[in-house]
Amino acid sequence: MPEGTLCNRQPITTEEQLKLVLNDKGGKQYYAEMEELEVDSDKLWGAIQKTLKSRTKTWLDICAHCGLCAESCFLYQVNGRKPEQVPSYKIQSTLGEIIKKKGKVSNEFMRHCMDVAWSWCTCCNRCGQFCPHGIDMGVMFSYLRGLLYSQGFVPWELKIGSGMHRVYRAQMDVTTEDWTETCEWMAEENEEEWPGLEIPIDKEGADIMYTCNAREPKHYPEDIAEAAILFHVAGENWTVPSEGWEQTSLSMFAGDWECCKDNVANVYAALERLKPKRAIGTECGHAHRATVIEGPYWVGREDGQPPVPYMHYVEWLLEALETGKIKIDPEKRIKEPVTLQDSCNYVRNQGLKNVTRKIIEYIVEPGYFREMAPNKEYNYCCGGGGGFNGIGKYRPQRNVALLKKLQQIKATGAKLVIAPCHNCWDAIRDLEEEYKIGIRWSFLKPLIIEMMVVPDHLKPEE
Amino acid sequence: MYDLLTGPLLWVVFIVTFVGLAVRVVMYIRGLDWKLDRVAYRPFLGHGLKHGVRSIVAFLIPFKAHSWRSRPLFTILFFAFHIGLLVTPIFLEAHNAMLEQSLGIRLPGLPAVVADVLAWTVVVGGVFMALRRIAFPEVRILTTAYDYLLIVISVAPFVTGLIARYELGSYDFWLCLHILTGEIWLLALPFTKLSHVVLFFMSRMQLGMDYGIKRGGMKGTSMSW
Repeated sequence: MPEGTLCNRQPITTEEQLKLVLNDKGGKQYYAEMEELEVDSDKLWGAIQKTLKSRTKTWLDICAHCGLCAESCFLYQVNGRKPEQVPSYKIQSTLGEIIKKKGKVSNEFMRHCMDVAWSWCTCCNRCGQFCPHGIDMGVMFSYLRGLLYSQGFVPWELKIGSGMHRVYRAQMDVTTEDWTETCEWMAEENEEEWPGLEIPIDKEGADIMYTCNAREPKHYPEDIAEAAILFHVAGENWTVPSEGWEQTSLSMFAGDWECCKDNVANVYAALERLKPKRAIGTECGHAHRATVIEGPYWVGREDGQPPVPYMHYVEWLLEALETGKIKIDPEKRIKEPVTLQDSCNYVRNQGLKNVTRKIIEYIVEPGYFREMAPNKEYNYCCGGGGGFNGIGKYRPQRNVALLKKLQQIKATGAKLVIAPCHNCWDAIRDLEEEYKIGIRWSFLKPLIIEMMVVPDHLKPEE
Repeated sequence: MYDLLTGPLLWVVFIVTFVGLAVRVVMYIRGLDWKLDRVAYRPFLGHGLKHGVRSIVAFLIPFKAHSWRSRPLFTILFFAFHIGLLVTPIFLEAHNAMLEQSLGIRLPGLPAVVADVLAWTVVVGGVFMALRRIAFPEVRILTTAYDYLLIVISVAPFVTGLIARYELGSYDFWLCLHILTGEIWLLALPFTKLSHVVLFFMSRMQLGMDYGIKRGGMKGTSMSW
């Protein structure tokens, strides 16, 4: 059988197909079909020839096999320092082999590559900082994922995820109607406590256009309400677009590059339509990377910049604190051991390490903040990055991956972990559920709302 | 034999090696692609170059990059080996004499004892590099016969040079073998993994630009990677 009905080389582009794959609980049939899926070697080798240029080619060629990347990889560390988990070995024995064999590889080998690409590497890019030759295995694994996706060897959930993005332009089945209704509902719900609270939709020429992660309208709409409350208190002139509000990209995790481009184009179209002065994205690392760091390149913007300045939530928050738009009541500052999770996608990959630490200075009573070790750009992945969190097939491996963050958090003695990234937040929640070490975890928004000074004129009338 | 090895053959070797390495550099730069690499090389060239150079410097100075601090013994071994490999052939008195004979120029010469120490460092360093590959599972799994061959190619001119220098056995034989192994080493530079002699700078420059332009440099942080 060259291709299956559920598992094949075609991306999911229709709702019918999406539902068909989605109804295959746990991907049972999907993975069964994958065992029979034919590798289109010509197409695979063709894609490699077109895209394997200086950077990746040289990286594979000049790796000196020195093993200096081994210890840099948290998955190597938590998996008993198995030599097979050495980053260089992982990429050489997968992508390296495909190239050596000019794409003539077996189905079994491709399935092995899929396991390695999605459960042995979270594309956290930490190894790249330790390689004397500047070889970034995370970047290469991303590349490998693209090749595997194009051949249909992609975990069930991520095939669905990128399909969701293609069909709904959101990582979940949140339609335009669902989204705008959620915004209206959240504004109404909180209006009593916050008189005048609005979530303006499609307002042209606002100072800020706010975008978020589809998980928010779907599972925790209070996050949108919290963003609204903070913008309201800060006196911002802001808006959300009815279309182009979703800035995440499961397609980036899946390696569906065509879909990545489409997602970003959709957000940028909203920017061009509503002409805000700037855009602010929610507390999410991969969403920021997809829309702000890599996105401009996907849509072919030569300067690598989004159409308007586009900030991560922590950047806006620090600005609001520094300019006094939001004031913290010193009495309400955090007075218990607290630590901070640095998200790979905007710390290691965009240098925002000091921004979050300056926010900490505002909200934590001196003496209570505990740094993880290592931290900042040398932080370890939360354990669930790069799509790892969401793949049922790799849940056991993901649970092992969480151990590194568990050790780090325990070593700080912190009871509260601030995680301004959806993915890290999820991983730390699962960590507590799985291992029960007695910690709490939080985004910044709810913490700030608890401790900010609310000007009298914004308070409800008694 | 000596005349052939140090005459026309040496010139051919030099030309092939240096043209070969230059070609690799040019091909590397030509193969960069802002869209595929996702780095805006041109619009932020100044920014990129600054961080590219920073990245190269960080890895050229022992213990400067975070990575060098994580394995101090390896770092010392690694730097000693590379310094010996590069410095000895260029500044060796005997090589200088040949250079003066053919081109009429000379570089500062190394005192014999320093040259000896450096050459021995390369040999010992090479042995340790090989032993390390056998001893550590995380390096063993990566190692292939090709990696050992490269160590042999790199160290052979030093072994033969030392034997000739101490005049163990036939001096002429070991001298010729020294020149031959040296030429093999030079020829291997552009065609094998030893091309990292130039591609190290290219790859580091590229990643430095990547970090400088996209991954934090524009946000004012100077990450050490």
